[in-house]
Amino acid sequence: MNKDKIKIENVDLYYGEFQALKNVNMRIKENEITAFIGPSGCGKSTLLKSLNRMNDLIEGVKITGKILLDDVDIYKDMDPSILRKRVGMVFQKPNPFPMSIYENVAYGPKTHGVKSKSRLDEIVEQSLRSAAMWDEVKDRLKKSALGLSGGQQQRLCIARAFSVNPEVILLDEPTSALDPISTMKIEDLLAEIRKNYTIIIVTHNMQQATRISDKTGFFLQGEVVEFDETDKLFSMPKNKKTEDYITGRFG
Amino acid sequence: MQNISSNKTKENVMQAVFFLSASVSVIALVAICLFLLLRGIPAIAEIGFFKFIFNEKWAPVNTPASYGILSMIVGSVYVTAGAIIIGVPIGLMCAIFLAQFCPANIYNVLKSAVNLLAGIPSIIYGFFGMEIVVPFVREYFGGNGFSIMSASIILGIMILPTIISISESSIRAVPESYAEGSFGLGATKEETVFKVVVPAAKSGVLTSIILGIGRAVGETMAVVMVAGNSVMPLDKIELLKPIRTMTTNIVTEMSYASGLHESSLIATGVVLFVFVLILNTALSLIKSKSIRN
Amino acid sequence: MEAFKTEGNLKKRKIISIVLKTAVWFCGILTVGILVYILLFILVRGIPNINMEFLFGEYNSETLSALSSIVATIEMIAISLVIAVPIGVFCAIYLTEYAKRGSRAVKIIRLAVDTLAGIPSIVYGLFGMILFVNILGFRASILSGVCTISIMILPVIISTSEEAIKSVPDMYREGSLGLGATRLRTVFKIVLPAAMPGILSGVILAIGRIVGETAALIFTSGTNVMKNPTLNLHSSQRTLAIHMYMLASEGLPHSKDMAFATGAILIVIVFLVNFAAEKLANRIGRQ
Repeated sequence: MNKDKIKIENVDLYYGEFQALKNVNMRIKENEITAFIGPSGCGKSTLLKSLNRMNDLIEGVKITGKILLDDVDIYKDMDPSILRKRVGMVFQKPNPFPMSIYENVAYGPKTHGVKSKSRLDEIVEQSLRSAAMWDEVKDRLKKSALGLSGGQQQRLCIARAFSVNPEVILLDEPTSALDPISTMKIEDLLAEIRKNYTIIIVTHNMQQATRISDKTGFFLQGEVVEFDETDKLFSMPKNKKTEDYITGRFG
Repeated sequence: MQNISSNKTKENVMQAVFFLSASVSVIALVAICLFLLLRGIPAIAEIGFFKFIFNEKWAPVNTPASYGILSMIVGSVYVTAGAIIIGVPIGLMCAIFLAQFCPANIYNVLKSAVNLLAGIPSIIYGFFGMEIVVPFVREYFGGNGFSIMSASIILGIMILPTIISISESSIRAVPESYAEGSFGLGATKEETVFKVVVPAAKSGVLTSIILGIGRAVGETMAVVMVAGNSVMPLDKIELLKPIRTMTTNIVTEMSYASGLHESSLIATGVVLFVFVLILNTALSLIKSKSIRN
Repeated sequence: MEAFKTEGNLKKRKIISIVLKTAVWFCGILTVGILVYILLFILVRGIPNINMEFLFGEYNSETLSALSSIVATIEMIAISLVIAVPIGVFCAIYLTEYAKRGSRAVKIIRLAVDTLAGIPSIVYGLFGMILFVNILGFRASILSGVCTISIMILPVIISTSEEAIKSVPDMYREGSLGLGATRLRTVFKIVLPAAMPGILSGVILAIGRIVGETAALIFTSGTNVMKNPTLNLHSSQRTLAIHMYMLASEGLPHSKDMAFATGAILIVIVFLVNFAAEKLANRIGRQ
């Protein structure tokens, strides 16, 4: 049995007056892939962004309850910079910086104080290898990242997330803007890397959740309706609402 | 039916009027080039191109007269460079402040302040320079105060609004997703702004700098009041000594010049014009490059 | 991949971040500070020197009255606008409503407008002197000044009008054309009224430029001052900005005080101009 990497305890989250998360409790296991599913606006992305405090950037957000990473309260006892280094993020739309491919991957380690050129070269190569794109781009590292295809850009963003050696990787609908072949490449990649990382993925696509995840959480109107092994949740959901959603009756 | 045909005539007439109005700009530009060149080129020919451009001796009333404007070209380059050194860092930082750090409730006040700075006439800047900056430089740096330094300070202030407003809007135009990517890697707000957001806005920042250079190199009245306007031999040009630029050469001598002397001042204007055209070309190059990206 | 240490580094990064943030705040405050300093410097020493004699008296070495310059400035603004606004707005109409997008004519006109916008005022001054003062024989006069300045303010009127006309939604045009109105009628009855605040803000910016202009006028409308102001276009009368320049460089005992007074008037005008332009801009923003 893997240990609990992240514990979410009694979390409520408000955007001004609007309550976006209602008493969320969850335990995320190390070296597993956890998927969050649910209709738009159900709170799944909001919870994801709470896990590395990206919500801090939005004005008027208030959060109560506890989120613990390796039993340390990330809102009380951890600097956001350290937290985000340990908990990396890949966004819905590929967002490489308008710099060279090399600079995109080197940006994170440079930010955290890696100066040596040879060390950076090493990190860039390893990160790109882990994202299974080293062979595609090794001859054009100095070229702008904006010249890559959408799928390549997203894998570059994953490589960029690897570059700071995180323990957890959050993915916010990472394939929703991509074609099926690029999506497949990224899913294969996630399956490959799960042994080294804890992965949480928000997805609209239920097939994707069944294909890649170990656990799945179903969200509705800010609440976690059901959270269970993926196989169980999709084959014999305990809750009527979950059943309705996965059989396509709403959402 | 009659109505329709009269409408048709009206439409055609007005379309011609619109087109003619649009051609006024082209005609004006051609006329400006033409008349400046008609008066300037013969003067340059008579003086000799090299004796005009690459000669530091300006002595139009001597016999034999000498019409070299090299010292003024160098002077224009110096005061412009000084303006850039002073104005760009302050202006860019101020633009970053407005776009990224300024609290919402004071933003409008600051924006109005920048607009007001842009609206102040050059004569006021010049007067302020003469009364405040020149004595300040004299007091704390030495010399008589009328100097490259004073001119650079005043021009540096004058280009601030250009640098600020264009840089600010280009920084604002950088997609939020770049900043998110950087935050997601653990960068602080400041690291994100300086290493990702501002570099992403670099073509806009560059545009603002070139427009600033254009404003500084062409400024006349503010410079004439603080620069001292002495023609310096090249080896005597110093930060705290007076200087004459191309623009101030024209304005200080035009009132009493005649003949070749007058034409040589117009020719100075031609050289200035060429500088500005080069800057314009640089601008359109940046524009077409950023559109391609 | 082996982890790299961050904790020791974090402190240094935090300090650099605070330094940068302070620097950015400092430059913001510095910019406002410079503005306030300049404004106060002129206003504090200028306003006490403004008196009735100065504003409305006859010009002599005692009063150094600005009346002739005030009249000349107003005359310059009024006539330049009458010339340049229709030409500029019509040009903008041509560019936005009539010309084929991306056609050669449009490219050439745009290039001309952009180039005109970048030409320094002293070059306009030289041009005005050669063409209007000398060749056309207007001599140094308000007329020569008006001709020069009208060309100079064209680019700002054209570009603001073009922006304003472009931002009028196409459905307005379609609505009018769909009712059978001609293109011309649509332009004058629908498009121009909708674009009016934007056009006006361009006109106001142009007024600001005319008021503050010195270098382009010094050799065209000249530095002469009238004992009693005249509206005669053929007379040479200096505008307020040139009045200030002449007073600043004159050696009379109280001429500097009067330069301050003139500066204060100029600043008040610039204030009003900017205030009006911003009010209009806000109105456009709200629409």
